[in-house]
Amino acid sequence: MGEKILMKGNEAIGEAAISAGCRCFFGYPITPQSELPAFLAKKMPLVGGVFLQAESEIAAINMVYGAASAGVRVMTSSSSPGISLKQEGISYIAGAELPVLICNVQRAGPGLGTIQPSQSDYFQAVKGGGHGDYRLIVLSPSSVQEVIDLIRLGFDLADKYKTPAMFLAEGMLGQLMEPVDLGDYKPNIPDKPWALTGCKGREKNIVTSLWIDPEELERHNLELQKKYAKIKENEQRWEEFKFDDEAEYLIVAHGTMARIAKSAVIKAREEGIKTGLIRPISLWPYPEKAFANLKNIKKILVVEMSMGQMVEDVRLSVNGRVPVEFFGRAGGMFPTVNQILGKLREIK
Amino acid sequence: MHEEMMIAGFGGQGVLLIGQLIAQTALVEDKNVLWMPAYGPETRGGFANCTVMVSDSDIYSPVTSEPTSMIVMNLPSLNKFERSVKEGGFLFVNKSLVNRDVFRNDIDSICVPVTEIARDLGNVKAANMVALGGFIAKKPIVEFKTLIDCLPKVFKGTKEKLIPFNKEALLKGAEYVKGM
Repeated sequence: MGEKILMKGNEAIGEAAISAGCRCFFGYPITPQSELPAFLAKKMPLVGGVFLQAESEIAAINMVYGAASAGVRVMTSSSSPGISLKQEGISYIAGAELPVLICNVQRAGPGLGTIQPSQSDYFQAVKGGGHGDYRLIVLSPSSVQEVIDLIRLGFDLADKYKTPAMFLAEGMLGQLMEPVDLGDYKPNIPDKPWALTGCKGREKNIVTSLWIDPEELERHNLELQKKYAKIKENEQRWEEFKFDDEAEYLIVAHGTMARIAKSAVIKAREEGIKTGLIRPISLWPYPEKAFANLKNIKKILVVEMSMGQMVEDVRLSVNGRVPVEFFGRAGGMFPTVNQILGKLREIK
Repeated sequence: MHEEMMIAGFGGQGVLLIGQLIAQTALVEDKNVLWMPAYGPETRGGFANCTVMVSDSDIYSPVTSEPTSMIVMNLPSLNKFERSVKEGGFLFVNKSLVNRDVFRNDIDSICVPVTEIARDLGNVKAANMVALGGFIAKKPIVEFKTLIDCLPKVFKGTKEKLIPFNKEALLKGAEYVKGM
Protein backbone atom coordinates (compact mmCIF):
# COMPACT_ATOMS: atom_id res chain seq x y z
CA MET A 1 0.00 0.00 0.00
CA GLY A 2 1.30 3.40 -0.96
CA GLU A 3 0.15 6.81 0.13
CA LYS A 4 -3.27 7.93 -1.06
CA ILE A 5 -3.35 10.99 -3.27
CA LEU A 6 -6.23 12.97 -4.75
CA MET A 7 -6.50 12.65 -8.48
CA LYS A 8 -8.92 13.59 -11.26
CA GLY A 9 -10.32 10.70 -13.30
CA ASN A 10 -8.81 11.92 -16.56
CA GLU A 11 -5.35 12.34 -14.99
CA ALA A 12 -5.66 8.92 -13.38
CA ILE A 13 -6.07 7.38 -16.85
CA GLY A 14 -2.75 8.94 -17.87
CA GLU A 15 -0.96 8.05 -14.65
CA ALA A 16 -2.15 4.43 -14.85
CA ALA A 17 -1.21 4.13 -18.53
CA ILE A 18 2.36 5.25 -17.85
CA SER A 19 2.63 2.91 -14.85
CA ALA A 20 1.40 0.07 -17.10
CA GLY A 21 4.30 0.66 -19.48
CA CYS A 22 2.36 2.54 -22.15
CA ARG A 23 4.95 4.55 -24.08
CA CYS A 24 2.97 5.84 -27.04
CA PHE A 25 -0.11 8.04 -27.09
CA PHE A 26 -1.77 9.36 -30.23
CA GLY A 27 -4.93 11.42 -29.99
CA TYR A 28 -6.89 14.49 -30.92
CA PRO A 29 -8.43 16.77 -28.27
CA ILE A 30 -12.11 16.74 -27.36
CA THR A 31 -14.03 17.65 -24.19
CA PRO A 32 -14.58 16.05 -21.67
CA GLN A 33 -11.31 14.09 -21.83
CA SER A 34 -8.82 16.85 -22.71
CA GLU A 35 -7.11 16.76 -19.29
CA LEU A 36 -5.81 13.32 -20.29
CA PRO A 37 -3.82 14.35 -23.40
CA ALA A 38 -2.74 17.49 -21.50
CA PHE A 39 -1.38 15.28 -18.71
CA LEU A 40 0.34 12.87 -21.11
CA ALA A 41 1.83 15.71 -23.18
CA LYS A 42 3.76 16.67 -20.03
CA LYS A 43 4.50 13.22 -18.67
CA MET A 44 5.24 11.02 -21.72
CA PRO A 45 8.50 12.78 -22.66
CA LEU A 46 9.73 12.36 -19.05
CA VAL A 47 9.59 8.55 -19.37
CA GLY A 48 11.05 8.47 -22.88
CA GLY A 49 7.66 7.93 -24.49
CA VAL A 50 5.94 9.51 -27.47
CA PHE A 51 3.01 11.90 -27.16
CA LEU A 52 1.61 13.06 -30.46
CA GLN A 53 -1.42 15.19 -31.18
CA ALA A 54 -2.46 13.97 -34.60
CA GLU A 55 -4.19 16.03 -37.30
CA SER A 56 -7.39 14.04 -36.82
CA GLU A 57 -8.91 11.10 -34.94
CA ILE A 58 -8.50 8.93 -38.03
CA ALA A 59 -4.79 9.69 -38.22
CA ALA A 60 -4.46 9.00 -34.49
CA ILE A 61 -6.03 5.55 -34.58
CA ASN A 62 -3.86 4.55 -37.54
CA MET A 63 -0.76 5.69 -35.64
CA VAL A 64 -1.98 3.45 -32.82
CA TYR A 65 -2.27 0.62 -35.37
CA GLY A 66 1.32 1.21 -36.46
CA ALA A 67 2.78 1.43 -32.97
CA ALA A 68 0.96 -1.72 -31.85
CA SER A 69 2.34 -3.55 -34.91
CA ALA A 70 5.81 -2.64 -33.68
CA GLY A 71 5.02 -4.26 -30.32
CA VAL A 72 4.79 -1.29 -27.94
CA ARG A 73 2.05 -0.60 -25.42
CA VAL A 74 -0.02 2.12 -27.04
CA MET A 75 -3.16 4.03 -26.21
CA THR A 76 -5.51 6.55 -27.74
CA SER A 77 -8.39 8.42 -26.16
CA SER A 78 -11.31 10.51 -27.25
CA SER A 79 -14.93 11.17 -26.48
CA SER A 80 -17.99 9.89 -28.33
CA PRO A 81 -17.93 11.71 -31.71
CA GLY A 82 -14.17 11.20 -31.90
CA ILE A 83 -14.56 7.49 -31.15
CA SER A 84 -17.05 7.23 -34.02
CA LEU A 85 -14.34 8.59 -36.33
CA LYS A 86 -11.88 5.94 -35.11
CA GLN A 87 -14.13 2.97 -35.90
CA GLU A 88 -12.57 2.02 -39.23
CA GLY A 89 -9.15 1.80 -37.60
CA ILE A 90 -10.50 -0.14 -34.62
CA SER A 91 -11.98 -2.76 -36.97
CA TYR A 92 -8.60 -3.07 -38.76
CA ILE A 93 -6.80 -3.45 -35.41
CA ALA A 94 -9.24 -6.17 -34.31
CA GLY A 95 -8.79 -7.93 -37.66
CA ALA A 96 -5.01 -7.69 -37.41
CA GLU A 97 -5.18 -8.99 -33.79
CA LEU A 98 -3.21 -6.19 -32.17
CA PRO A 99 -3.24 -5.25 -28.48
CA VAL A 100 -4.18 -1.59 -27.97
CA LEU A 101 -6.16 0.36 -25.41
CA ILE A 102 -8.82 2.83 -26.54
CA CYS A 103 -10.34 5.22 -23.98
CA ASN A 104 -13.77 6.69 -24.51
CA VAL A 105 -14.79 9.30 -21.93
CA GLN A 106 -18.36 9.51 -23.15
CA ARG A 107 -20.44 12.57 -23.81
CA ALA A 108 -24.06 12.69 -24.85
CA GLY A 109 -25.19 12.14 -28.44
CA PRO A 110 -26.26 11.49 -31.07
CA GLY A 111 -24.22 13.73 -33.31
CA LEU A 112 -22.12 16.45 -31.74
CA GLY A 113 -24.57 16.31 -28.79
CA THR A 114 -23.21 17.90 -25.64
CA ILE A 115 -20.28 17.46 -23.30
CA GLN A 116 -22.29 16.21 -20.30
CA PRO A 117 -21.93 12.59 -19.12
CA SER A 118 -23.66 9.76 -20.90
CA GLN A 119 -23.63 6.00 -21.40
CA SER A 120 -25.12 6.10 -24.86
CA ASP A 121 -22.05 4.61 -26.60
CA TYR A 122 -22.73 1.22 -25.00
CA PHE A 123 -23.97 -0.38 -28.23
CA GLN A 124 -21.07 1.07 -30.20
CA ALA A 125 -18.58 -0.31 -27.67
CA VAL A 126 -19.96 -3.80 -27.06
CA LYS A 127 -21.79 -4.66 -30.27
CA GLY A 128 -19.16 -3.70 -32.82
CA GLY A 129 -19.01 -0.07 -33.84
CA GLY A 130 -16.83 -0.81 -36.82
CA HIS A 131 -17.53 -3.36 -39.54
CA GLY A 132 -16.97 -7.11 -39.40
CA ASP A 133 -17.37 -9.90 -36.87
CA TYR A 134 -15.20 -8.65 -34.04
CA ARG A 135 -15.40 -7.86 -30.35
CA LEU A 136 -13.66 -5.41 -28.06
CA ILE A 137 -12.95 -6.17 -24.42
CA VAL A 138 -14.88 -3.32 -22.74
CA LEU A 139 -14.23 -2.19 -19.15
CA SER A 140 -16.40 0.24 -17.19
CA PRO A 141 -14.90 2.03 -14.14
CA SER A 142 -16.96 3.40 -11.26
CA SER A 143 -14.36 5.27 -9.16
CA VAL A 144 -11.03 6.96 -9.75
CA GLN A 145 -9.27 4.04 -8.00
CA GLU A 146 -10.95 1.69 -10.44
CA VAL A 147 -9.77 3.90 -13.31
CA ILE A 148 -6.22 3.02 -12.26
CA ASP A 149 -7.00 -0.68 -11.85
CA LEU A 150 -8.92 -1.08 -15.11
CA ILE A 151 -6.46 0.84 -17.29
CA ARG A 152 -3.74 -1.57 -16.10
CA LEU A 153 -6.04 -4.54 -16.59
CA GLY A 154 -7.05 -3.28 -20.05
CA PHE A 155 -3.43 -3.29 -21.24
CA ASP A 156 -2.87 -6.76 -19.74
CA LEU A 157 -5.98 -8.28 -21.31
CA ALA A 158 -5.23 -6.68 -24.68
CA ASP A 159 -1.76 -8.27 -24.63
CA LYS A 160 -3.00 -11.60 -23.30
CA TYR A 161 -5.59 -12.03 -26.07
CA LYS A 162 -3.92 -9.90 -28.79
CA THR A 163 -7.06 -7.84 -29.18
CA PRO A 164 -8.09 -4.22 -28.77
CA ALA A 165 -9.61 -3.28 -25.40
CA MET A 166 -11.80 -0.30 -24.69
CA PHE A 167 -11.98 1.68 -21.47
CA LEU A 168 -15.48 3.15 -21.39
CA ALA A 169 -16.10 5.90 -18.82
CA GLU A 170 -18.58 8.73 -18.48
CA GLY A 171 -17.62 12.40 -18.57
CA MET A 172 -18.45 12.73 -14.87
CA LEU A 173 -15.73 10.32 -13.79
CA GLY A 174 -13.15 12.13 -15.89
CA GLN A 175 -13.85 15.36 -13.99
CA LEU A 176 -14.20 14.23 -10.39
CA MET A 177 -11.37 13.85 -7.88
CA GLU A 178 -10.99 11.01 -5.40
CA PRO A 179 -8.17 9.45 -3.39
CA VAL A 180 -6.20 6.76 -5.20
CA ASP A 181 -3.49 4.37 -4.18
CA LEU A 182 -1.08 3.80 -7.07
CA GLY A 183 0.52 0.95 -5.13
CA ASP A 184 3.85 -0.62 -5.94
CA TYR A 185 2.95 -1.71 -9.46
CA LYS A 186 5.28 -3.27 -12.00
CA PRO A 187 3.83 -4.02 -15.42
CA ASN A 188 4.23 -7.53 -16.74
CA ILE A 189 4.49 -7.09 -20.49
CA PRO A 190 4.73 -10.38 -22.43
CA ASP A 191 7.18 -11.02 -25.28
CA LYS A 192 5.72 -10.15 -28.67
CA PRO A 193 7.46 -12.42 -31.20
CA TRP A 194 4.83 -11.49 -33.82
CA ALA A 195 5.78 -7.79 -33.76
CA LEU A 196 7.36 -5.95 -36.70
CA THR A 197 10.78 -5.29 -35.26
CA GLY A 198 12.96 -5.78 -38.34
CA CYS A 199 13.33 -9.38 -39.59
CA LYS A 200 17.10 -9.67 -39.80
CA GLY A 201 17.95 -13.26 -38.89
CA ARG A 202 14.36 -14.47 -38.62
CA GLU A 203 11.29 -15.22 -40.72
CA LYS A 204 9.35 -12.09 -41.59
CA ASN A 205 6.22 -11.28 -39.61
CA ILE A 206 3.08 -10.06 -41.34
CA VAL A 207 0.46 -7.90 -39.62
CA THR A 208 -2.61 -7.44 -41.75
CA SER A 209 -6.39 -7.39 -41.77
CA LEU A 210 -6.55 -8.15 -45.52
CA TRP A 211 -7.45 -11.75 -46.43
CA ILE A 212 -8.47 -11.86 -50.08
CA ASP A 213 -9.29 -15.59 -50.18
CA PRO A 214 -12.76 -16.17 -48.63
CA GLU A 215 -11.77 -19.60 -47.30
CA GLU A 216 -8.74 -18.12 -45.57
CA LEU A 217 -10.80 -15.22 -44.22
CA GLU A 218 -13.41 -17.63 -42.87
CA ARG A 219 -10.64 -19.60 -41.14
CA HIS A 220 -9.33 -16.33 -39.67
CA ASN A 221 -12.84 -15.47 -38.45
CA LEU A 222 -13.23 -18.89 -36.83
CA GLU A 223 -9.92 -18.37 -35.02
CA LEU A 224 -11.14 -14.96 -33.81
CA GLN A 225 -14.37 -16.54 -32.55
CA LYS A 226 -12.39 -19.17 -30.61
CA LYS A 227 -10.49 -16.37 -28.96
CA TYR A 228 -13.69 -14.47 -28.13
CA ALA A 229 -15.22 -17.62 -26.63
CA LYS A 230 -12.19 -17.95 -24.36
CA ILE A 231 -12.47 -14.31 -23.29
CA LYS A 232 -16.18 -14.81 -22.61
CA GLU A 233 -15.41 -17.80 -20.41
CA ASN A 234 -12.51 -16.24 -18.46
CA GLU A 235 -12.98 -12.50 -18.24
CA GLN A 236 -16.47 -11.72 -16.97
CA ARG A 237 -16.20 -9.22 -14.14
CA TRP A 238 -18.81 -7.65 -11.91
CA GLU A 239 -19.46 -6.34 -8.40
CA GLU A 240 -22.40 -7.31 -6.21
CA PHE A 241 -23.82 -4.82 -3.70
CA LYS A 242 -26.31 -6.02 -1.07
CA PHE A 243 -27.31 -8.81 -3.47
CA ASP A 244 -27.92 -11.15 -0.52
CA ASP A 245 -30.52 -13.80 0.37
CA GLU A 246 -32.94 -11.08 1.48
CA ALA A 247 -32.90 -9.15 -1.79
CA GLU A 248 -36.17 -9.27 -3.74
CA TYR A 249 -35.40 -6.53 -6.24
CA LEU A 250 -32.24 -6.10 -8.22
CA ILE A 251 -30.86 -2.97 -9.85
CA VAL A 252 -28.35 -3.36 -12.67
CA ALA A 253 -26.22 -0.32 -13.48
CA HIS A 254 -22.63 0.28 -14.56
CA GLY A 255 -20.02 3.01 -14.22
CA THR A 256 -20.86 6.19 -12.31
CA MET A 257 -24.55 5.34 -12.77
CA ALA A 258 -24.00 2.38 -10.43
CA ARG A 259 -22.81 4.73 -7.69
CA ILE A 260 -26.00 6.77 -7.85
CA ALA A 261 -27.94 3.48 -7.90
CA LYS A 262 -26.07 2.25 -4.78
CA SER A 263 -27.28 5.33 -2.88
CA ALA A 264 -30.80 4.43 -4.08
CA VAL A 265 -30.34 0.82 -2.87
CA ILE A 266 -29.47 2.06 0.62
CA LYS A 267 -32.51 4.38 0.72
CA ALA A 268 -34.78 1.65 -0.66
CA ARG A 269 -33.64 -0.74 2.09
CA GLU A 270 -34.39 1.95 4.68
CA GLU A 271 -37.99 2.01 3.53
CA GLY A 272 -38.26 -1.76 3.39
CA ILE A 273 -37.80 -2.41 -0.34
CA LYS A 274 -35.24 -5.21 -0.19
CA THR A 275 -32.99 -4.25 -3.06
CA GLY A 276 -29.59 -5.40 -4.25
CA LEU A 277 -27.39 -4.38 -7.14
CA ILE A 278 -25.20 -5.90 -9.82
CA ARG A 279 -22.56 -3.63 -11.32
CA PRO A 280 -21.08 -5.06 -14.52
CA ILE A 281 -17.38 -4.15 -14.73
CA SER A 282 -16.70 -5.93 -18.03
CA LEU A 283 -19.39 -4.84 -20.49
CA TRP A 284 -17.98 -7.25 -23.03
CA PRO A 285 -17.79 -10.02 -22.13
CA TYR A 286 -21.09 -9.26 -20.42
CA PRO A 287 -21.14 -10.82 -16.91
CA GLU A 288 -23.92 -13.31 -17.63
CA LYS A 289 -22.65 -15.45 -14.74
CA ALA A 290 -23.74 -12.74 -12.29
CA PHE A 291 -27.35 -13.60 -13.11
CA ALA A 292 -27.03 -17.33 -12.39
CA ASN A 293 -29.06 -17.30 -9.18
CA LEU A 294 -32.19 -15.14 -9.27
CA LYS A 295 -34.46 -17.40 -7.25
CA ASN A 296 -35.51 -14.78 -4.67
CA ILE A 297 -35.64 -11.89 -7.16
CA LYS A 298 -39.11 -10.62 -8.13
CA LYS A 299 -38.06 -7.92 -10.57
CA ILE A 300 -34.97 -6.37 -12.07
CA LEU A 301 -34.58 -2.64 -12.76
CA VAL A 302 -31.90 -1.56 -15.22
CA VAL A 303 -30.79 2.05 -14.86
CA GLU A 304 -28.73 3.80 -17.51
CA MET A 305 -27.67 7.24 -18.70
CA SER A 306 -29.18 6.37 -22.07
CA MET A 307 -32.54 5.44 -23.50
CA GLY A 308 -31.87 1.73 -22.90
CA GLN A 309 -28.88 -0.13 -24.30
CA MET A 310 -27.34 -2.39 -21.63
CA VAL A 311 -30.90 -3.48 -20.74
CA GLU A 312 -30.78 -5.72 -23.83
CA ASP A 313 -27.83 -7.66 -22.43
CA VAL A 314 -29.57 -7.97 -19.07
CA ARG A 315 -32.61 -9.44 -20.84
CA LEU A 316 -30.38 -11.89 -22.73
CA SER A 317 -28.67 -12.93 -19.48
CA VAL A 318 -31.95 -13.27 -17.56
CA ASN A 319 -33.64 -15.02 -20.50
CA GLY A 320 -37.19 -14.48 -19.27
CA ARG A 321 -36.72 -15.87 -15.75
CA VAL A 322 -37.57 -12.52 -14.10
CA PRO A 323 -39.31 -9.40 -15.50
CA VAL A 324 -36.80 -6.72 -16.48
CA GLU A 325 -37.81 -3.04 -16.20
CA PHE A 326 -35.87 -0.03 -17.44
CA PHE A 327 -35.31 3.56 -16.37
CA GLY A 328 -32.96 5.89 -18.16
CA ARG A 329 -32.33 9.50 -19.04
CA ALA A 330 -30.50 10.94 -22.02
CA GLY A 331 -28.79 14.00 -23.36
CA GLY A 332 -26.35 14.43 -20.47
CA MET A 333 -29.07 14.14 -17.82
CA PHE A 334 -28.87 11.23 -15.40
CA PRO A 335 -31.35 9.38 -13.19
CA THR A 336 -31.22 10.77 -9.64
CA VAL A 337 -31.40 8.78 -6.41
CA ASN A 338 -35.00 9.92 -5.84
CA GLN A 339 -36.05 9.05 -9.38
CA ILE A 340 -34.61 5.53 -9.07
CA LEU A 341 -36.36 5.17 -5.72
CA GLY A 342 -39.63 6.33 -7.30
CA LYS A 343 -39.24 3.77 -10.08
CA LEU A 344 -38.62 1.01 -7.50
CA ARG A 345 -41.79 1.95 -5.62
CA GLU A 346 -43.68 1.91 -8.91
CA ILE A 347 -42.60 -1.58 -10.01
CA LYS A 348 -42.89 -3.11 -6.54
CA MET B 1 -20.48 11.89 9.60
CA HIS B 2 -21.49 12.38 5.97
CA GLU B 3 -21.25 15.87 4.52
CA GLU B 4 -22.32 16.84 1.03
CA MET B 5 -21.06 20.36 0.65
CA MET B 6 -21.44 22.76 -2.25
CA ILE B 7 -19.42 25.89 -2.96
CA ALA B 8 -20.76 28.29 -5.58
CA GLY B 9 -19.81 31.65 -7.02
CA PHE B 10 -18.37 33.35 -10.11
CA GLY B 11 -15.43 31.92 -12.03
CA GLY B 12 -12.29 33.52 -10.59
CA GLN B 13 -13.52 33.65 -6.98
CA GLY B 14 -11.56 30.50 -6.18
CA VAL B 15 -14.50 28.29 -5.26
CA LEU B 16 -12.93 25.20 -6.88
CA LEU B 17 -9.69 25.87 -5.01
CA ILE B 18 -11.23 26.01 -1.53
CA GLY B 19 -13.18 22.86 -2.42
CA GLN B 20 -9.89 21.14 -3.20
CA LEU B 21 -8.37 22.41 0.05
CA ILE B 22 -11.20 20.80 2.04
CA ALA B 23 -10.81 17.60 0.02
CA GLN B 24 -7.04 17.47 0.63
CA THR B 25 -7.61 18.14 4.34
CA ALA B 26 -10.25 15.43 4.65
CA LEU B 27 -7.88 12.97 2.96
CA VAL B 28 -5.13 13.78 5.47
CA GLU B 29 -7.68 13.20 8.23
CA ASP B 30 -8.25 9.75 6.76
CA LYS B 31 -11.83 10.37 5.72
CA ASN B 32 -13.49 9.30 2.51
CA VAL B 33 -13.66 12.20 0.12
CA LEU B 34 -14.84 13.24 -3.33
CA TRP B 35 -14.51 16.55 -5.18
CA MET B 36 -16.51 17.31 -8.28
CA PRO B 37 -16.60 20.52 -10.29
CA ALA B 38 -19.57 21.65 -12.34
CA TYR B 39 -18.54 21.61 -15.98
CA GLY B 40 -20.20 22.28 -19.30
CA PRO B 41 -23.41 24.32 -19.66
CA GLU B 42 -23.74 24.67 -15.88
CA THR B 43 -20.75 27.01 -15.95
CA ARG B 44 -22.11 29.32 -18.69
CA GLY B 45 -22.60 32.93 -17.69
CA GLY B 46 -19.60 32.73 -15.39
CA PHE B 47 -20.99 30.33 -12.80
CA ALA B 48 -18.50 28.12 -10.99
CA ASN B 49 -19.32 25.55 -8.38
CA CYS B 50 -18.08 22.31 -6.92
CA THR B 51 -19.36 19.60 -4.66
CA VAL B 52 -17.19 18.19 -1.88
CA MET B 53 -18.25 15.07 -0.02
CA VAL B 54 -16.56 14.10 3.24
CA SER B 55 -17.63 10.94 5.01
CA ASP B 56 -16.72 8.28 7.55
CA SER B 57 -18.40 5.70 5.33
CA ASP B 58 -18.22 4.89 1.61
CA ILE B 59 -19.27 7.63 -0.79
CA TYR B 60 -21.55 6.29 -3.51
CA SER B 61 -23.46 8.87 -5.55
CA PRO B 62 -21.01 11.60 -6.66
CA VAL B 63 -23.89 14.04 -7.15
CA THR B 64 -26.36 15.41 -4.66
CA SER B 65 -29.60 17.30 -5.10
CA GLU B 66 -29.71 18.27 -1.40
CA PRO B 67 -26.36 19.58 -0.13
CA THR B 68 -26.04 19.44 3.66
CA SER B 69 -24.03 22.66 3.64
CA MET B 70 -23.16 25.42 1.22
CA ILE B 71 -20.97 28.47 0.70
CA VAL B 72 -22.35 31.02 -1.77
CA MET B 73 -20.05 33.79 -2.87
CA ASN B 74 -22.48 35.95 -4.90
CA LEU B 75 -26.15 36.76 -5.41
CA PRO B 76 -26.81 34.72 -8.59
CA SER B 77 -25.52 31.62 -6.80
CA LEU B 78 -27.73 32.27 -3.79
CA ASN B 79 -30.74 32.72 -6.09
CA LYS B 80 -29.89 29.54 -7.93
CA PHE B 81 -29.06 27.21 -5.05
CA GLU B 82 -30.71 28.46 -1.84
CA ARG B 83 -33.71 26.19 -2.38
CA SER B 84 -31.58 23.06 -2.69
CA VAL B 85 -29.95 23.15 0.77
CA LYS B 86 -31.15 20.21 2.85
CA GLU B 87 -33.62 21.00 5.63
CA GLY B 88 -31.63 21.59 8.80
CA GLY B 89 -28.52 22.26 6.73
CA PHE B 90 -26.08 25.17 6.90
CA LEU B 91 -25.69 28.07 4.47
CA PHE B 92 -22.75 30.51 4.49
CA VAL B 93 -23.32 33.69 2.45
CA ASN B 94 -20.85 36.31 1.22
CA LYS B 95 -22.72 39.38 2.41
CA SER B 96 -20.45 41.75 0.44
CA LEU B 97 -21.95 40.60 -2.88
CA VAL B 98 -25.45 39.65 -1.74
CA ASN B 99 -27.92 42.47 -1.10
CA ARG B 100 -30.73 40.44 0.37
CA ASP B 101 -31.48 38.19 3.35
CA VAL B 102 -31.65 34.42 3.24
CA PHE B 103 -35.29 33.36 2.66
CA ARG B 104 -35.07 29.91 4.16
CA ASN B 105 -35.89 29.65 7.86
CA ASP B 106 -35.61 25.85 8.05
CA ILE B 107 -31.81 26.00 7.74
CA ASP B 108 -29.02 27.55 9.74
CA SER B 109 -27.37 30.47 7.91
CA ILE B 110 -24.85 33.24 8.42
CA CYS B 111 -23.95 36.23 6.23
CA VAL B 112 -20.35 37.47 6.39
CA PRO B 113 -18.83 40.31 4.33
CA VAL B 114 -15.89 38.17 3.19
CA THR B 115 -14.94 40.33 0.19
CA GLU B 116 -14.64 43.42 2.41
CA ILE B 117 -12.68 41.51 5.04
CA ALA B 118 -10.28 40.30 2.34
CA ARG B 119 -9.93 43.81 0.95
CA ASP B 120 -9.08 45.12 4.43
CA LEU B 121 -6.46 42.38 4.68
CA GLY B 122 -4.89 43.66 1.48
CA ASN B 123 -6.17 41.42 -1.34
CA VAL B 124 -9.75 40.92 -2.40
CA LYS B 125 -8.77 37.61 -4.03
CA ALA B 126 -8.51 35.99 -0.60
CA ALA B 127 -12.28 36.31 -0.06
CA ASN B 128 -12.57 32.57 -0.72
CA MET B 129 -10.19 31.77 2.16
CA VAL B 130 -11.96 34.19 4.50
CA ALA B 131 -15.21 32.40 3.65
CA LEU B 132 -13.69 28.97 4.18
CA GLY B 133 -12.18 29.98 7.51
CA GLY B 134 -15.54 31.33 8.66
CA PHE B 135 -17.40 28.28 7.38
CA ILE B 136 -15.11 25.79 9.17
CA ALA B 137 -15.30 27.81 12.39
CA LYS B 138 -19.06 27.26 12.37
CA LYS B 139 -19.18 23.84 10.71
CA PRO B 140 -15.96 21.92 11.46
CA ILE B 141 -16.23 19.15 8.87
CA VAL B 142 -12.42 19.10 8.97
CA GLU B 143 -10.06 20.31 11.71
CA PHE B 144 -9.00 23.94 11.34
CA LYS B 145 -5.39 23.05 12.16
CA THR B 146 -5.21 20.36 9.45
CA LEU B 147 -6.73 22.83 6.99
CA ILE B 148 -3.85 25.25 7.61
CA ASP B 149 -1.32 22.41 7.37
CA CYS B 150 -2.73 21.43 3.98
CA LEU B 151 -2.29 24.84 2.32
CA PRO B 152 0.97 23.67 0.65
CA LYS B 153 -1.02 20.96 -1.13
CA VAL B 154 -2.98 23.53 -3.14
CA PHE B 155 -0.36 26.29 -3.34
CA LYS B 156 2.58 24.60 -5.04
CA GLY B 157 5.70 25.79 -6.84
CA THR B 158 5.58 29.49 -7.65
CA LYS B 159 2.34 29.83 -5.67
CA GLU B 160 4.03 28.72 -2.44
CA LYS B 161 4.68 32.35 -1.53
CA LEU B 162 0.90 32.90 -1.24
CA ILE B 163 0.60 30.51 1.73
CA PRO B 164 1.20 32.99 4.61
CA PHE B 165 -1.38 35.46 3.28
CA ASN B 166 -3.99 32.76 2.71
CA LYS B 167 -3.36 31.40 6.19
CA GLU B 168 -4.02 34.87 7.56
CA ALA B 169 -7.25 35.07 5.55
CA LEU B 170 -8.44 31.69 6.90
CA LEU B 171 -7.71 32.82 10.47
CA LYS B 172 -9.41 36.18 9.93
CA GLY B 173 -12.57 34.51 8.62
CA ALA B 174 -12.70 32.16 11.59
CA GLU B 175 -12.09 34.99 14.04
CA TYR B 176 -14.87 37.09 12.49
CA VAL B 177 -17.43 34.29 12.68
CA LYS B 178 -16.49 33.40 16.27
CA GLY B 179 -17.05 37.07 17.18
CA MET B 180 -20.54 37.14 15.66
